This record gives sequence, C-alpha cells and structure tokens, in this order.
Amino acid sequence: MALQDVCGFLETLDDISPCTYLPNEMGYMWRTPFEFDGDSAFHFLFPPQQCSRKNRAPTLFSSTFSSLSPHQQPFQLSHGTTTLGFIFQDGVIAAADTRASCKGLICCPISQKIMPIHSHLVVNTSGSGADCMLWERILTREMRLYQLRHRKRLSVNGAAKLLSMMLHPFKGTDVCVAATLCGWDGEETQETLQSCMEIADVKEAVEQDSNVSAISDESAQGSVKMASINEQDEISKDTQALNPTVSNQNTKNALSTFGERSGPRVCYVCSDGLQLKGEIISVGSGSPYAYAVLDDGWRWGMTVDEAVALAREAVFRATHWDAYSGNNVDLFHITAHGWRRRDREDLKEEYYREREREKKKIKEREKERQKREGDELVEGEGDIYSVHCG
Amino acid sequence: GSLMMISARAFGDNAQMKEHHYTGPVEHKFSPYAFNGGTVLAVAGEDFALVASDTRLSEGYGIHSRDSPKCYKLTDTTVIGCSGFHGDCLTLTKIIEARLKMYKHSNNKNMTSGAIAAMLSTILYGKRFFPYYVYNIIGGLDEEGRGAVYSFDPVGSYQRDTYKAGGSASAMLQPLLDNQIGFKNMENVEQVPLTLEKAVQLVKDVFISAAERDVYTGDALKICIITKEGVREEIMPLRKD
Repeated sequence: MALQDVCGFLETLDDISPCTYLPNEMGYMWRTPFEFDGDSAFHFLFPPQQCSRKNRAPTLFSSTFSSLSPHQQPFQLSHGTTTLGFIFQDGVIAAADTRASCKGLICCPISQKIMPIHSHLVVNTSGSGADCMLWERILTREMRLYQLRHRKRLSVNGAAKLLSMMLHPFKGTDVCVAATLCGWDGEETQETLQSCMEIADVKEAVEQDSNVSAISDESAQGSVKMASINEQDEISKDTQALNPTVSNQNTKNALSTFGERSGPRVCYVCSDGLQLKGEIISVGSGSPYAYAVLDDGWRWGMTVDEAVALAREAVFRATHWDAYSGNNVDLFHITAHGWRRRDREDLKEEYYREREREKKKIKEREKERQKREGDELVEGEGDIYSVHCG
Repeated sequence: GSLMMISARAFGDNAQMKEHHYTGPVEHKFSPYAFNGGTVLAVAGEDFALVASDTRLSEGYGIHSRDSPKCYKLTDTTVIGCSGFHGDCLTLTKIIEARLKMYKHSNNKNMTSGAIAAMLSTILYGKRFFPYYVYNIIGGLDEEGRGAVYSFDPVGSYQRDTYKAGGSASAMLQPLLDNQIGFKNMENVEQVPLTLEKAVQLVKDVFISAAERDVYTGDALKICIITKEGVREEIMPLRKD
C-alpha cells in the first residue's frame, strides 16, 4: 500500500535478519520471529540497530527513527528500588520493597518485585518495569523448556548465564534490567538434606566457644533432626571443634562442598552484561543502606529467624533513607524444599513502633538520670568525680 | 554534544509549555510525538467496573475538540481508556480491535479482560524502542463477573488494580482515590464496599475537581458503566474554560 510505504510501517519487521551470533543450542528459536508464533511477532527481540539498511528506500520515518535517541521520549519509565538477596546455612533470603516510582511520582505503591520462576528459584527485579516483567516471562519459558528437554532443573548459575546471553543483543539500547537470581541448586534427595544439616552442625559447633559439652548438645540435636547420623561424622565434628584455628577453612569447605553438589545460590545479572556471584547481593538506589545493615549482621550460621529479621531490617533502613524505596516489604525464603513467602508487611507500622520504642527509651533514661541525681543529693557533698560521671 | 543539550532543554518536563515561551533561540527537531492531554479513570467494584474520561482534545495552548472521548468499547465486558498522544491512541485501538476480531474468528469466543490486558502488554512492548505514547487503563469484568482494572505504562508494564487514574491530571486524582476508595491514611474508618451509585458520584466529583486545577481536563465527562447487563454510557458537562 502506498501509505504503508511512505510511513515505513512494518518495515522494521521485514528487515529482521537471523541472529547468527547466538549459540546453536538456542539458535533455532531465534532465527525468524514468525516461525513459532504466527500473529504475535517477537520482533522486539531484535534491537532496531541490527536491521539491514541496504534495501530500504528513504522514508519519512526511517530518517527520523534512526536519529531518535532514547532520551527524547517525553515520558520516563519506572526505576528506583531496594532489593536484596543473601545465602546462609539454611537457604536463601530474597527481600524487596514495593514502590515503583516514575521520576517524582509513585506509579504503584504495591508492585511485586520478587517473582518466582519455578519451585526453587525466585528473581528480584529492578530497573524498568516493563523490561523486567517481560524478561522474567521469557526466562521462565526458557527454564521450563530446559527442564522438559533435559529432565532436570537448570542451576542458578546456568539461569544467570542464559539471561545474560539473552540480554546481550540489547547492550547499548535503553533496556534496563538488573535481576538477582536467588535459588537452591540440585535435587532435594535425602542425601543432600543430610549433608546440608551436617555442614550446618559443623559450622555452628565451630563458631561457638570450643566447649565439648556444647558440641555434644549440637550433635544430639542433630541426631534428633535426622534419622541416622554416622559415627564418623561425629568424630570429625569433635576433632574440628577442638581446632578453632581451622574455622576459616571450614567456612571455605562448607561453601565449596555446596558448590559441588547443591545448595543456596545467589547471582546478579544486569542488562549491561555484568554477571556476579556472591553471598550477599543488593541492587537499587537503596542498596548502599541495605549493604550497611547486611554486612553488619550477616553470618553463615544464622538461624532462619535471624536471617528474616536481618533482611527486614535492611529493607526498612533503606526505605527510610532512600526516597525511591518504600511502602511495604516482601520476603521470600528458599530452601531445599522450595520457596516460601512471608506475608507482605507495611513498614508504616514499623516506623510507629520504632518511635514508641525511642520514646520509652528516652523516658527511662530520664528516670535513671533523676534517680542518680536524687542519690547524689542524699549522699551530701559527694565527689567531683561522681558528678562528672553522671 | 550541544545538539543533544539544546533539544533536551526544549524537551523539559513541560515540553509543550517551553516551546511556546520565549527562552532564547532553540533548535527544534521534528518530534513524532505530541501531547494531547486528557484524563482517564477506572474503578472496579464487586460486580461492576467504571471507565471515565474527559472529552477535551488539546495541544499546547489550543483546543482541537471538545467532543473527543477517550474511552473505547472493546467487548461487552471490556472498555479501554487511552490518553496521551491522540495519533497513537487511534492506531493502538485499531490494532486492538483487529486482534480481537482475529481472536474471535479463530477461537469462536470473545477475549476476556485479562486476556486483552496480556495481549496489550505484548503489543506495547513490541514497540519498546519507539513506543506508543499512550497511557492505557482497561476496565471490565473478569471471568467470575467481578470488576477488574488493569493499568499500563507506555511500554507495556501492567498490573491489576482496584482503581487507577491516568493522563494529565493523574497525579492529582490518584491520591484522592487512594483516600476515598482505598481508605488509605485514615484511622477508625468503617470500610464499606463501594456501591455503583456511590462510585459514579465519586467519579463525577473527582473530575469536577480535576477540571478546576488541570488545564487539559474539562468540557465534558463520559462514564462507561460495565455490568453483566452490558456497557452503559453517561455524559455530564464540565467546565469549558
């Protein structure tokens, strides 16, 4: 149609050439957008700059389109957030606030930033809302296909590599996705659970004061948890406990043992191409504040309650200082059994509770001061020192 | 370089205002977008949904039309409200209507509100690098007959809400709806579920307030009321100045 040619409508669709630099494993999916799905064209999967310009006749739109740079859009997409994820002996904690802001306006005070991908993997998303929503859907689809083809779940590191490869063609465009993949690798066999418990007991034993009675309590508790516990493991626990200098090695051993088979994992993937592995990852405008709280309170041997409290506190402090984070806090806990979600909590109540606590503390301090002054008066002259020490 | 800086200045927050004030020599590039104003609002109730919009179409300091409503009926259970750039609104609604027909012909049933919302998200993201400058809000009934509202950003991020305001006066209306429908930031208040009559009255009051303070909102208000009987329309005049 004449009008279609003048406007260059559908031109970008026709010029899509197959993406040849992606590995062949996935290659066939990306060859042509119309191959697998007739009407809903996934032509957005190919960024516009890749289109071949050889055969294109100059049209009204193409000359302006190529020179349109992202920041000429008259609207802003949503950014600004605090999300965090960390691993510890009993799994992974993923936490995030729920505010989606758009320059100065809060577009949505109750957005969900942590999305489950499958039973043992959740993803914390931050960046542009539409990009995160869509890439999370694409990742879920690819992981499900992998699981159907290979009869096992893709590991967290594998999922991170997959997402990174899928985002790579869009490096340089204004797709903005910063995702933290939090999950538990490996099959949940009895053996895996046992080994996790054993390593957990070793860690707890080493970190306490090397007291034989305490250790025997731990191992007694351990035997209550599990049906069978090897004598050999008990002996090894005792010898390790008696050598507190070996504690650092044990930390590394614990993590590397997890690295072999299974265990908690947290990975960061960014649309710039950055991919990070670690123990604690926090993303967003509120992440410096969250890191401060997390670095202070994180230990490998935390209990679940301690870890949940730490994550909650980190998000709470970040929402207090950062203008672009706030409203509620979402919390997920992933173990070998799968993910569990804690009820969404409104932080407004927490602020009021904290204010009440502060008020009470001030009152108590006031009372103590008065009591001390009262005592000094009764004593008579008293020392100069006691007055100064007050 | 300097070209980018100059054009960034012309595209400030109120780009449409700066172009008409004399701020020194400014170089203009052709912009494929324009801002045509207008406000859209949607509310979901227990067994109904409302989509309301004003009918003013403006650009810069002028008014193109006083009778250009922004609600479009899609099916018997779904209405969409689009505000932003009118050219993109028209094309987008044409594309949605075509896709609805295609679905009806291949699946022999109408699309549900949730399905329309999911489809619109992929249509919008399809133009991620040259977006439709449209703020969409879909209001309708879900499969169980309960009211549903889906709000979108220009590139397709969406979620289901109970109420949402979009368009030029959205920043003024959204807090008022948070308070009156969501009962937010109120203490010791009895949370009665919203009836249809109360919702319609609330929408009328809210648009009257918006017309007072937003220059791009006014002329008339059109409310589409979606119940299981179908879609009913009500029109009410607003300030014309």
